[in-house]
Amino acid sequence: MSRIDVKKTYKLFIGGQFPRSESGRTYEIKGANGKFIANPSLASRKDLRDSVTAAKSALPGWSAATAFNRGQILYRVAEIMQGRQEQFKSEILALEGGTAKAASTQVEEAIDLWVWYAGWCDKISTIAGATNPIAGPYYNFTTPEELGVVGIIAEQKASLLGLVAAIAPVIATGNTAVVIASEKRPLPAITLSEALATSDLPAGVLNILTGKVSELAPWMASHMEVDGMDVSGCDSKLETELRVLGAENLKRIHRFGKVPSPQRMLAFMESKTVWHPIGV
Amino acid sequence: MDKKPFEYAPAPESRALVSIKPQYGLFINGSWVEPLFKEKFATINPANEEVLSKISQAGKSDVDRAVKAARDAYTKTWSKMPAKERGKYLFRIARIMQERAREFAVLESLDNGKPIRESRDVDVPLAAAHFFYHAGWADKLDYAGLGNSPKPHGVVGQIIPWNFPVLMLAWKIAPALATGNTVVLKPAETTPLTALLFAEVCQQAELPAGVVNIITGDGVTGSTLVNHPGVDKIAFTGSTEVGKLIARSIAVTGKSATLELGGKAANIVFEDAAIDQAVEGIVNGIFFNQGHVCCAGSRLIIQENIHDEVLEKLKRRMALIRVGDPLDKNTDLGAINSAAQLAKIKELSTAGDAEGAFRWSPECELPKKGFWFAPTIFTGVTQSHRIAREEIFGPVLSILTFRTPQEAIEKANNTPYGLSAGIWSEKGSRILWASKELKAGVIWANTFNKFDPASPFGGYKESGWGREGGRHGLAAYLKGAK
Repeated sequence: MSRIDVKKTYKLFIGGQFPRSESGRTYEIKGANGKFIANPSLASRKDLRDSVTAAKSALPGWSAATAFNRGQILYRVAEIMQGRQEQFKSEILALEGGTAKAASTQVEEAIDLWVWYAGWCDKISTIAGATNPIAGPYYNFTTPEELGVVGIIAEQKASLLGLVAAIAPVIATGNTAVVIASEKRPLPAITLSEALATSDLPAGVLNILTGKVSELAPWMASHMEVDGMDVSGCDSKLETELRVLGAENLKRIHRFGKVPSPQRMLAFMESKTVWHPIGV
Repeated sequence: MDKKPFEYAPAPESRALVSIKPQYGLFINGSWVEPLFKEKFATINPANEEVLSKISQAGKSDVDRAVKAARDAYTKTWSKMPAKERGKYLFRIARIMQERAREFAVLESLDNGKPIRESRDVDVPLAAAHFFYHAGWADKLDYAGLGNSPKPHGVVGQIIPWNFPVLMLAWKIAPALATGNTVVLKPAETTPLTALLFAEVCQQAELPAGVVNIITGDGVTGSTLVNHPGVDKIAFTGSTEVGKLIARSIAVTGKSATLELGGKAANIVFEDAAIDQAVEGIVNGIFFNQGHVCCAGSRLIIQENIHDEVLEKLKRRMALIRVGDPLDKNTDLGAINSAAQLAKIKELSTAGDAEGAFRWSPECELPKKGFWFAPTIFTGVTQSHRIAREEIFGPVLSILTFRTPQEAIEKANNTPYGLSAGIWSEKGSRILWASKELKAGVIWANTFNKFDPASPFGGYKESGWGREGGRHGLAAYLKGAK
């Protein structure tokens, strides 16, 4: 008789822990071939709020970390992912179907994206900041700073690459985030959270929920401690609803294309300008 | 406080170089047109309630005409013109504004109520400087680090407030034109005159017809403009309340927007501050432009052990503030812009009394006619008081205290706003630490209320979206830039 596999229970990632949904709910995930794969947690409003609290608590520490330190940690994520390459690949294959080569490429691109943004951490201020030549005896400079807590609804199709493309630029600059994973393909997101948990990333910097986007996203958009949102994973009808809800605290809400860019970092940064007189 | 300040002889600036028409139409497609919607409203001098002129209330059909003119100008002329030539029009405008600076200043003080010293020395020179600064950007956008060959939005709808009418017009129109957009601008209903004078500047500069259109009216006109399908982008300066309405309305239409909204800035005085300079900064922070400033230092947060000393010096300094005729060159504090604004200031000040704060104003005689409010401070203010939370937008300062630097930051950041903040300290490392901790877009350290076209301005949190001025301000008017 052949050996029976030991299967994993897929759980949420909140404040560095792996809890089940407080609601006790789960939902069924089927593979590209229609067969049952797993019962991940169906996150609730309470889970979302707990995640925002965790992200908010992690913000002072993460935003005050040196850019060099953040870069080291993002690079570490790439290192850990490299070691788990096969696991990501098999999950992508099971969920998305397609060829083994396409799955491999997606994993490799995701890893390389972490490396790319790791290198950005201590450079974004150089290209986006300025000393401003004002007409008077003042020293005046502008620097970009983290926005705060960012809610992310990652792209739904490319279950790993879309996720990494959204979260790496957000945390590279010192933000913390709450992520709603791909609804039908959430497993690589959970596996990613296991990589994150062993990458020196402080607890709460990234929090990952699985569940229904249409249920969770409006709570995220109306949460007053969420400062910005990436709605790339929403359809336009839901996006409109989220923008209306997000207006209550003037959330910075953006949708992005597929190309990695410093714009993705700057979209969730605020420019601060400081003046000081010059004199003897 | 027992001695009155020096008696000064009146020194009024002459009104003679300003000619105000009895009534104005709308400036659409390069010329003055009568509105299709026939309603008119008065704009008055808030210092004496004299009616200055009758202004057109632009209706829906008028907004249609203005947007169409802007669209035609964009597609047929402005987007085809070499950037270098576009820039030259902005240089021309800057020069004409400098030439007619005194006229703008007098008209601004008449319509707005601000002291001529400020309109003459701050508002108008800065407005001209904004055009001069942005003129130079027009043919250098490829080097701005905002993407390869960045593209304008097209037609921009711009709505500006009454506190800095011509300066806000410049903040809006200069970057919009420099980046290749065309404009429909609506000035505030209580202060339309300098925008209408600017229309003459556009004519003298021979700016192609329709590149700048100026339509007057109230919030209904503004909302029609915001919701107009022919407008690609909105730029608004005004209250956070209206900003949120705009954010909701563009959620549905998918337009992009920049919003410069309210503030409740903390002005923090540490124990090691140079007290006399700090007092000057506090006065400038809250009494500049009658406190009608979104970035006003309206919450003074003083380290407890120097509270009494700062307060005593502040009171002595406030007793020297001259309140009166905006056109008098010695006036420090002019008229409140409107009866409605005066009512709001009074309402919040009364709430300050009722909630247990202590009100103080220097002895000062206010003119009988017009809208006036004495420079006022409240001591014993706590964070829960309305006067510590809500934007008063008047010459009213709320004073709080702190013991540790951490407490100062916590109190300063305890607001949904995040436009500006002030720091007074002689210790460099403390200034840099505090400016890092404060959640605000503009930090003035050992100074306050300074503005420059090269310096980005704009807020964190509910103080708005985007920046105006500097390289950063260009992004607001270019597609896909941040």
